[in-house]
Amino acid sequence: MQPSPNKLRREGSPWTGLWAVFFKEMADHLSSTRMRILEVLILFSAVGAVYAGAQTLRQTIGEDPFLLLRVFTAAQDPLPSFVAFLSFFLPLAAIALGFDAINGEYNRNTLSRILAQPIYRDALLWGKFLAGLATLALILLALFLLVVGLGLVFLGVPPGSEEVGRALLFLLATLAYTGVWLGVALVTSVLFRSAATSALAAIAVWLFFALFWGIIAQLLAQAVAPFDPFDPESELRQTEALLAFSRLSPNTLYAEAIQVLLNPGIRSLGPVLITQLQGALLGSPLPLGQSFLLAWPQLTGLIALTLLLFALAYVLFQRREVRA
Amino acid sequence: MVIETQGLTKRYGKVVAVDGLDLRIEAGEVYGLLGPNGSGKTTTILMLLGLTEPSAGTVRVLGLDPTREPLSLKKQVGYLPDSVGFYNEMTAWENLAYTARLNGLPRDLSRIRIERVLQRMGLAEVAHRPVSAFSRGMRQRLGLAEVLLKEPRVVVLDEPTLGLDPEAAQEFLKMIQSLKAEGITVLLSSHLLHQVQTICDRVGLFHKGKLVLEGRVEELAQRILGGAYRIRLEATPLDGLVERLQALPEVSRVQTDTRGLRLEASLDIRPQVARTVLEAGAALHSLSLEQPSLDEVYARYFQEVRHAA
Ligand SMILES: Nc1ncnc2c1ncn2[C@@H]1O[C@H](COP(=O)(O)OP(=O)(O)OP(=O)(O)O)[C@@H](O)[C@H]1O
Ligand SMILES: [Mg+2]
Repeated sequence: MQPSPNKLRREGSPWTGLWAVFFKEMADHLSSTRMRILEVLILFSAVGAVYAGAQTLRQTIGEDPFLLLRVFTAAQDPLPSFVAFLSFFLPLAAIALGFDAINGEYNRNTLSRILAQPIYRDALLWGKFLAGLATLALILLALFLLVVGLGLVFLGVPPGSEEVGRALLFLLATLAYTGVWLGVALVTSVLFRSAATSALAAIAVWLFFALFWGIIAQLLAQAVAPFDPFDPESELRQTEALLAFSRLSPNTLYAEAIQVLLNPGIRSLGPVLITQLQGALLGSPLPLGQSFLLAWPQLTGLIALTLLLFALAYVLFQRREVRA
Repeated sequence: MVIETQGLTKRYGKVVAVDGLDLRIEAGEVYGLLGPNGSGKTTTILMLLGLTEPSAGTVRVLGLDPTREPLSLKKQVGYLPDSVGFYNEMTAWENLAYTARLNGLPRDLSRIRIERVLQRMGLAEVAHRPVSAFSRGMRQRLGLAEVLLKEPRVVVLDEPTLGLDPEAAQEFLKMIQSLKAEGITVLLSSHLLHQVQTICDRVGLFHKGKLVLEGRVEELAQRILGGAYRIRLEATPLDGLVERLQALPEVSRVQTDTRGLRLEASLDIRPQVARTVLEAGAALHSLSLEQPSLDEVYARYFQEVRHAA
């Protein structure tokens, strides 16, 4: 394919029509059956998780300054915690909203008609992406308020301002994580003409990171930094390599970020040396600002990954022929 | 000149879909881009609208370059794709409202225009029904309504009669013809030559990505078919008739087919033909002048090309 210098000097704004696409897609999402199913699914699991969490908390911990955060993370067999539920469901919800974004337009024969209107492809892709993200943010916010409300009902203790701050940051991290999966779904929706194939491919990526990446990272770490029984530092090197490899997965980044944000007791991620602990009071909670700084690389990592995936979808989409 | 291309070429790998096309269409013309399947009509149209990039050559539509100034171009050019699709769960009105927003029309203006175009296309009664319940013909009319929504100066229609029954097709073609009266330039593509020949001011015949013939329908008929007058007659018995008719000085060709005879003549010589038939002692059942058909022009042209090769 030959390069096209014309593309560099395009007339007008690439955002023309963005909001028209955004509001149309948003309305589609909110009224879709798909959304109803997701809502019911997530609602039930959230209520269950919060209820179970609150039960455990009432029995065990009496006075905890971070009761709300505990509600998020406490689990009671056989139910997982609210956070665990979220990290399981939200990627699926994001995939459900994005897997037919572009191929759906092809399959309905609407793409050439829409692109014949005075807009760029940029506006279509951004509009769809932002609408998906806004919809997920809406779900997330509703869920969050629900959990906070339920927590209040079950525990009767209002959250403090720092706790609310942490909870909001947690929300932000979760949104960034969801954005990654929306990006994955957008890419597969450009790559595969069939919606079913696209959904399957996106879920395969998700399964790969959820189930297999841990094992693969382990194997890679062993290959890169083999354990040597006569070298005491080799173990540390292997642990570091393992951490580096596992951080290529959005799941790891997200897990680390929310660990830091929801647990003020965590002062460092990864292997901790004794020297790093000197002067630090063990067990004393980290202030919000410090926790935020600690989670910053993970947060930016998630956001960067989202943008990268979007850029990939963008490049692929620009090269697609408008007809099948 | 509303549409002008020079050496326009599109290659898909080794396939040359459009090959060095020079097209010039004047304001207010109805131009038919005709040719069999896979001859490059759709590809040409997509390049005119900037929906696919040319491999070589230049395009100007209303003086604008589709790859460099697509927004101002698409504001003034309406396009009806060959298999037009709508959002099924939305109503006709909602579909048009979305298009209006994409065009940046203010709300009040878009309401007025949507009402007007739906009325014009005879869809006012079904405006608030979901498009999923629309027939093929209704969808096609909704497509034209959408095209008219932006009050275009140029309208490009790809296979506008595809999938319509003959009556609906004629009605749709009349609607297209009415655009000419408003000063809109129309470019339409079709492989049904006989269907669109009546509404086209000029046609271009495509073959394997090349424009092989171009001009007014009568002109082409004159040029390719030789005699412009084609006379069909039914008579019994036919014995000896062919020779007698061939002997007439104006007749250039006589063909027999299942229903009777077909003559090509340089003048309208129906009276002479009738006399000849009666003089031969045959009974004349019918005698009529046939309009030259583009299909025939096309078929004959390729016959000649093949003979020449
Ligand atoms: N994306 C593509 N990749 C490869 N070849 C293509 C592509 N699109 C079209 N072609 C080829 O280009 C040629 C012209 O196709 P085009 O669709 O323009 O024909 P057409 O005249 O519109 O035919 P039809 O009457 O069937 O619509 C065909 O040979 C087709 O196979
Ligand atoms: Mg075509």
